[in-house]
Formats: sequence, C-alpha cells, structure tokens
Amino acid sequence: MSCRNPRRPTPWRLLPRPSPGGWLGRLLAAVVLALAAMPGARAVEITVSVAASLAGAVREVAAAHQAANPGVKLLLNTGASGALLQQIARGAPVDVLISADLETLEQARARGLVPPQGVRLLAGNTLVLAVPAAAGFTPRSLADLLQPAVTRVAIGLPGSVPAGRHARAALEAAGLWAAIEPRVVGAVNVRQALDHLARGEVDAAFIYATDAALMPDRVRVAFTVATAQPVRSAVALVSGSRQPEAAERFIAHLLSPAGQAVLARHGFTRP
Amino acid sequence: MDAAWVALGLSLKVAGWATLINLLAGVALGQAMARWRFPGRELVDALLTLPMVMPPTVLGYYLLVLIGSQGPIGAWLLEHVGVRLIFTWQAAVIAAAVVSFPLVFKAARAAFEQVDPALEQAARTLGVGEVAVFFRVSLPLAWRGILAGLLLAFARALGEFGATLMVAGSIAGQTRTLSLAVYEAVQAGQDDTAAFLVAVTSVVGLAVLLGAGWLAPGRVPARG
Repeated sequence: MSCRNPRRPTPWRLLPRPSPGGWLGRLLAAVVLALAAMPGARAVEITVSVAASLAGAVREVAAAHQAANPGVKLLLNTGASGALLQQIARGAPVDVLISADLETLEQARARGLVPPQGVRLLAGNTLVLAVPAAAGFTPRSLADLLQPAVTRVAIGLPGSVPAGRHARAALEAAGLWAAIEPRVVGAVNVRQALDHLARGEVDAAFIYATDAALMPDRVRVAFTVATAQPVRSAVALVSGSRQPEAAERFIAHLLSPAGQAVLARHGFTRP
Repeated sequence: MDAAWVALGLSLKVAGWATLINLLAGVALGQAMARWRFPGRELVDALLTLPMVMPPTVLGYYLLVLIGSQGPIGAWLLEHVGVRLIFTWQAAVIAAAVVSFPLVFKAARAAFEQVDPALEQAARTLGVGEVAVFFRVSLPLAWRGILAGLLLAFARALGEFGATLMVAGSIAGQTRTLSLAVYEAVQAGQDDTAAFLVAVTSVVGLAVLLGAGWLAPGRVPARG
C-alpha cells in the first residue's frame, strides 16, 4: 500500500527502474517487506541440540513443555553429540545441549562453552551388540565378531559419536580393535548404525538398548557390552544462551518426575 | 596425514571408474538422443538429467532400495553371485556415476547435435558404414564437448558425498573418500586434518576445472 504513495520516496526507487508499470519493482518490494516481517519476536524460541539417541524422548518432553508454556517455542537440532559440540564451538546459537555421554559435556565445560556448574546427568543407558532379527549367527562375545559370518560391523564414528567411542574403548580393552577395524562401517550417528542394521546391510552394530527397542521386529540384542565408563547422558545450559531463564525451565522439566517418566518410557534408566 | 593420501587415492579411483562408465553410457545415450526422434523423447531426456537436480540423499535412498541386500538387484546379486554391493568401493562408484552422469550426457547430446549432418551424409555417400561414420566423423567432431563434460563429471564424482555416505558407508581405507574424510574431521573437531584435506580437495578440483575450461568448445583458438 505504502509503495503506491507517490509522495514518499521509497528505498527501492534507488534500484534501476524496471519495465514500464514497475511490476518487477513492486514484486521486489513485496519480497523485501515479507522477509523483513518474518522474524516475529512473538514467541521465546529456545534451540535445543539433542543427541540422536535421545531425540525421540526429548521431542516428547518438548511437546509437553510447549503445551504447558504458551509463548515458548522449542527448536530441536539433532545429531551426534560430538557434532553438536562442534557446532556450538563455532558459534551456533544454541541454548541447551543434551549429550549422549558425560564426556562430550565435560569437553564443552573445559572449553568454556557451558558454565562450570551447569552440567547435570539426565539418564542412563546400555550399550549393546545387536544383529538383524533374521540373522543366522548370533555372536555371544566381542571375540565372536572375528567369525567369518561377520563381515560388516556398524559403529558410530568414535571421533564424534559417543556410542562409537564406548564401542571402540570396549574393543580396545579386549584387544580386538585392530582386527575388527577393517570390518567397521562408520556411522555419522547411532541411529544411522541402527538403520544399517535394520536394512540388513551390516551383520552387527553397536547401538544403545533404547535404539534396539525401537525396531524389535527387525533387530535383536545379541548381548550387552560392558563399558569401562557407565553410559550416561547429560544436559547443560549453553553459556551463550540469550534466554537462560526459559532454557533453564526446560532443563528443569527434563529433570522433573514428569520428564524422567517420559525418558523411562523410552527405555532410559536413572542416571 | 597418511590417511589423507589414502582418501585422495580412493577418491581418484572412484571418480575415475565413474567417469569411465559415464564415457560409455553418456556418449551412447547422448548420440541416441541427438539422432532419434521418438514420442516422449524430451521426457526420457528429463529422466536422464534428473540425477543432476535431485538431492544426492534422494539418489542414495533409491540406490539403497535397489542395490541393498534386500533390494531387487542387491538380493539377486547376493543370491546368484554372492556379492554384497553396499559398503564397498564399487557402491561408491555407482553412486558417483549416477550423480555425475547428466553432465556427460548433456554435453554429449549437445556436441552431437552440433555436428553438421551434411558431413555425415557425405561420408555415407562415399560408402562408409554407419559404425564407421560414428567413429570417423561424428565422434571426432564432437569429442571436445564430450571431453569437457567428462572432466566436469569427474570433478563432480570426486566431490560426491550424500549418496556415497548412504550406500558406501565410511570404512577407513576402503570407502572413506576425501569428502567423507573432510566431513568426519570437521564433526570430530580435528581442524588441522580438515584444513589439509580441504586444501588437497581444492587443488584437485581447481586442476580439473582448469582442464575443463581449456577443453571447452567455443574457446577462441590462439593463433601463432
């Protein structure tokens, strides 16, 4: 409307005048106005970076939190814990980091990305070796992965995926890593390892018990992998958060009995 | 940094094989499309060009469904040949070939369409067979455009990431190509490795593009 006002000089007049009638200029102006009007400051937006293994449970808590707090909008960003940490280290505008392991958050704390007292344990989990539901051969121990029936093993990339780091540590402790490494298919997060297994493209995969429980008809747990460190996920407020109060309220919701009940329903244990 | 050279070698191997496949398939189909008129010709052309405009993850999914051990082609291969394609470097070749195919196909079709039909006709009146006309007249006149397309396809194959990650996994020394190694290094926060890999990738890509530009048709020939 204002763009039809002939008396007021408008910024897009600075552009070279387009075709007669100026429809191109008007279209351009409409696009610019639409873009400028987009970031509405109506809702408090909180970005939550969440490890792939916890995404389903956290999404459920987030939905409940949004329903209970009108005006709060939670944006979930999922990926491998290590990848999420790298995003924050490079300045991604994240408010809350939920990692599948304590170690990733310890690293974040050491680099000053989360406050010193800010890391809280969220839930416990179990690392398992799983095989396709229809597999003929079921390994009984880590050493069984050297059997000829096992040609491919999916493991999260140890550099960024906590499940992969736990798996490699267990294989190293058993003195098997060097022998198994040529058979290892690296997964960018633990859910990709689960997907490889469910499609029958690998003969075994190191995943969490909670992941295996998602596809009971396609994968089954061969045995529980003993880990040197307990598998515990943790949550922290990110130092650069612009809405620390609202973000803390969501963290409190995750740690509350209601939030813990959702995690328990998804198969997580007490931390 | 040894792992970087292994990854570079693997990338070159994968891109080389993919380009070889595309040389045969792209030239054959480019020539066929340039010559024959049939109903639905432009639809076939669009279908053959589709891999260029679709997200590589979509192609990766298609490939996973087709050549995965539960897919029709993958299951047949597993049962009759005993070969599992997924998570092998050959799967990376297939992914790279599919993604870069349109670059060769489009270039070949355009190059063949620019060949003067009168020249081919002249050869035929001199009693030269169809196969000989293709190899002695059409192909020599079109090769420059095809070669430029091949180099672009090679560069594209070298950088292929999405579909490759889905069908070839990331196995150290076997399917971990340069682009996968870069992704992993960045995800793990290994910036030194990432910077080195990125530099290697950039130099190789630049060399290929300079080669393509040098061979591109329409270049004004320098006169000495």
